[in-house]
Amino acid sequence: MGQFLLHGWKLISRGFSSLTPHPLRVCIVGSGPAGFYTAEKMLKAHEGAEVDILDRLPTPFGLVRSGVAPDHPETKIVVNQFSRVAANERCSFFGNVKLGTTVSLSDLREMYDVTVLAYGAESDRYLGVPGEDLGGIYSAREFVWWYNGHPDCSNMAPDLKSTDTAVVLGQGNVALDVARILLRPINELETTDIAEHALTSLRESTIRKVYLVGRRGPVQAACTAKELREILGVKDLHIHIQKADLATSPADEEELKKSRIQRRVYELLSKAATSHQQHDIVGQRELHFMFFRKPDRFLPSESGDTVSRVRLEKTCLKENGASGKQVAVGTGQFEDLKCGLVLKSIGYKSVPVDGLPFDEYRGVVPNMKGRVLSWDQAGHAIVEQGLYVAGWLKRGPTGIIATNLYCAEETVASILEDFKNGLLTPASGSPKPGRRGLLQALEHKNVRFVPFSGWEKIDSKERMEGKLRNKPRKKITTWEELLPAVDG
Amino acid sequence: MFLSRLSRLGLRIAKDSGQFSTIKRGYFSRHFSHNLHPVNNCFFCTTTIDNIHEEGSEQKETISVTFVDKDGEEKLIKVPIGMSMLEAAHQNDIDLEGACEGSLACSTCHVIIMDVDYYKKLEEPTDEENDMLDLAFGLTETSRLGCQVIAKPELDGMRLALPAATRNFAVDGYKPKPH
Repeated sequence: MGQFLLHGWKLISRGFSSLTPHPLRVCIVGSGPAGFYTAEKMLKAHEGAEVDILDRLPTPFGLVRSGVAPDHPETKIVVNQFSRVAANERCSFFGNVKLGTTVSLSDLREMYDVTVLAYGAESDRYLGVPGEDLGGIYSAREFVWWYNGHPDCSNMAPDLKSTDTAVVLGQGNVALDVARILLRPINELETTDIAEHALTSLRESTIRKVYLVGRRGPVQAACTAKELREILGVKDLHIHIQKADLATSPADEEELKKSRIQRRVYELLSKAATSHQQHDIVGQRELHFMFFRKPDRFLPSESGDTVSRVRLEKTCLKENGASGKQVAVGTGQFEDLKCGLVLKSIGYKSVPVDGLPFDEYRGVVPNMKGRVLSWDQAGHAIVEQGLYVAGWLKRGPTGIIATNLYCAEETVASILEDFKNGLLTPASGSPKPGRRGLLQALEHKNVRFVPFSGWEKIDSKERMEGKLRNKPRKKITTWEELLPAVDG
Repeated sequence: MFLSRLSRLGLRIAKDSGQFSTIKRGYFSRHFSHNLHPVNNCFFCTTTIDNIHEEGSEQKETISVTFVDKDGEEKLIKVPIGMSMLEAAHQNDIDLEGACEGSLACSTCHVIIMDVDYYKKLEEPTDEENDMLDLAFGLTETSRLGCQVIAKPELDGMRLALPAATRNFAVDGYKPKPH
């Protein structure tokens, strides 16, 4: 009797399963905040959604792992939330799968109802000035990847022993991060998850002076209060800010009135300038805020292959009539700054892939609320069916982790709207293969993808090694070591 | 401040239940034997003060708080004195984000206190909270971080609005936001 009931129940439930929502097969490329917030919202909004998250690295979480500074562990807590998303039975992580190499964009669009590109910005804005290719000049992105143990930069080996001065171009939070890592007492870094090779390098570093150079003034500084407060409070660090640079014009006052962020940053800079000590203590580390200077060129050392000076042009602010913003304009007065290391922190830039419409000037994928747009012969914008973007690839490389929350919400809203309007049904009429199709393709190409459980093994190894050294983790930083770490 | 509040609470419960609750090494032992585990060695964090289930005295030790979501839907919940609004929201399945889990490293638990009189009853935000509020979306004059608003009797009846996901980041004419 019990057997009969059980069998009957199985028949009934199978019948019911045909009434559950048709699966909506979603592929998200990129497992940083944009990818994970999109996955979370997609899973929540649609009971039949099956979400696959791809990443070219074996490790997930994007810039939360490779961008957030080692001395900012609280900012990384969000990975707990992302891990819960990955643990959802309708979600799968596929690490070591690269868009364009392992699978093409057109492959993905054939396999999935919805493809969301959320792979961020892995390149840099270029200054375009002479000498930019000299040794000793790096983008802040590369330097951050280096100290965060990103496998693409673990062999970068920046020389921190040939000079006492580093120049950082830019005054945003990333600029402050790299300056702070260069200037923090080494013992404070020892208990963080900073990459071992970076810790060794910093321990031997002879850099004692860092310049943070901005084209405009303190009113326009792009950093935010928390980070500024933090760097101004670093132990044994002497802060240099010229009081003259703090003078404000009526246009500056207008800007300050309109922005709480800028007001509080300006106040912190003003306070730091007035509490300036009169005499320098020999050997003390120094942080110099330089305003109204833009880089004109980089000059080589005698050997000719590394940078020895940066030539800066003094600027003044002019109002750009169109945007109302104040822009920096060169004045023709130059000065040289001796240095052996230059870090350009002037902005990230996204990288296009085959088959993807791309706005080269703005470095983003053209889109309308996350729906990817392309142009037909007549120059009319058309919506690419089933193709969406989220995060920096959609908005440009600005904002904080939380910015992706709202960004993902908008993209998911567009997806749901399109689904409701029947715009995501496959043209052929038969359902797309989704995850099954991806697995087949990966097997066919003999690609060893890393599932989330594989990341968990890497995570566990890193934390175990870290415990031995009084650190939260000791990162595995090379491709050669990461993939084997996935096993056992 | 918490210690005195806890001990007052302990005495109250002990009085009501007719048993004496001992406070051993910072742990708050009740006769329901629900040991509170310290979070990050902070015995008196709001997150350690969990559902204090005590028959009869529950109503007196909680306040009523209404959460209003971006669609205008309201949810009335009871929040034990000493608990943060973030934790209370999560316990009641209210969609309040908490990326950094209450460590003042994000602005995702941003709430708007709908009545300025209640806003005034809160202690001034610290520099650290203000730094995070700088980055909150849809910041208003009565905005606070949910993890920093702790339930106390004077806040009974408070209404909190969850900010709408605005188009602050719109692609056209967008304003660059800091990293």
